[in-house]
Amino acid sequence: MILSVLSSPALVSGLMVARAKNPVHSVLFPILVFRDTSSLLLLLGLYFSAMIFPVVHIGAIAVSFLFVVMMFYIQIAEIHEEVLRYLPVSGIIGLIFWWEMFFILDNETIPLLPTQRNTTSLRYTVYAVKVRSWTNLETLGNLLYTYYSVWFLVSSTIFKALSWGVSLLK
Amino acid sequence: MMLEHVLVLSAYLFFTDIYGLITSRNMVRALMCLELILNAVNINFVTFYDLFDSRQLEGNIFSIFAIVIVAAEASIGSAIVSLIYRKKKSTCINQSTFLTK
Repeated sequence: MILSVLSSPALVSGLMVARAKNPVHSVLFPILVFRDTSSLLLLLGLYFSAMIFPVVHIGAIAVSFLFVVMMFYIQIAEIHEEVLRYLPVSGIIGLIFWWEMFFILDNETIPLLPTQRNTTSLRYTVYAVKVRSWTNLETLGNLLYTYYSVWFLVSSTIFKALSWGVSLLK
Repeated sequence: MMLEHVLVLSAYLFFTDIYGLITSRNMVRALMCLELILNAVNINFVTFYDLFDSRQLEGNIFSIFAIVIVAAEASIGSAIVSLIYRKKKSTCINQSTFLTK
């Protein structure tokens, strides 16, 4: 129940990002989506990621877009005339995507359709967590600084290029 | 049950924000839909990492690198949008059809 309560604002807000008349609203609705994402991560038990997602997405990205959209005088009128004009072709493409999803995902492992089954669904039980439970931060640090340390340093060079690019653009 | 809910949510957000990205006439809205697309992909990665065997597939690690890229393109994108607004005084996507003007 708590899963539905936490994820249903994300469904509405995701649509309102695309359909909001005011561009400021279309920057504020993703904040709700990021909050729901973080709460889903809490339910999955990934506490560090649940902390980092709002800090980065809301605190850095949404705030910078809010700066951009508040600085400019953006016309509110985005009149969507004849939205249904594109519905036949785009509806067919959307149905193809929908069919592809059901075609790829095996219904025994990932049950998307409601099926009558008496047995519990197949899940892989990780027994290591019952011996010693690692926190999310420990698992990330165990891999990120040892096996994936080169990629970690590469991401720092990405940020270096980013800072140079932004300073040159301004 | 948790797996299906989160996967359907991430697929819904992905496709809804692809729709928002394609049909938006405002640059800032398009960039915001792009952020939500990448967020949906991140949820997908992290869910599969959490609920399945993850010795080989490290979804949480990849989601960290995906967040790095998201933050980078968000800042560069907002800088480009502000520069285009400074030159053309509007953020309509349809106006930038020619490279020279």
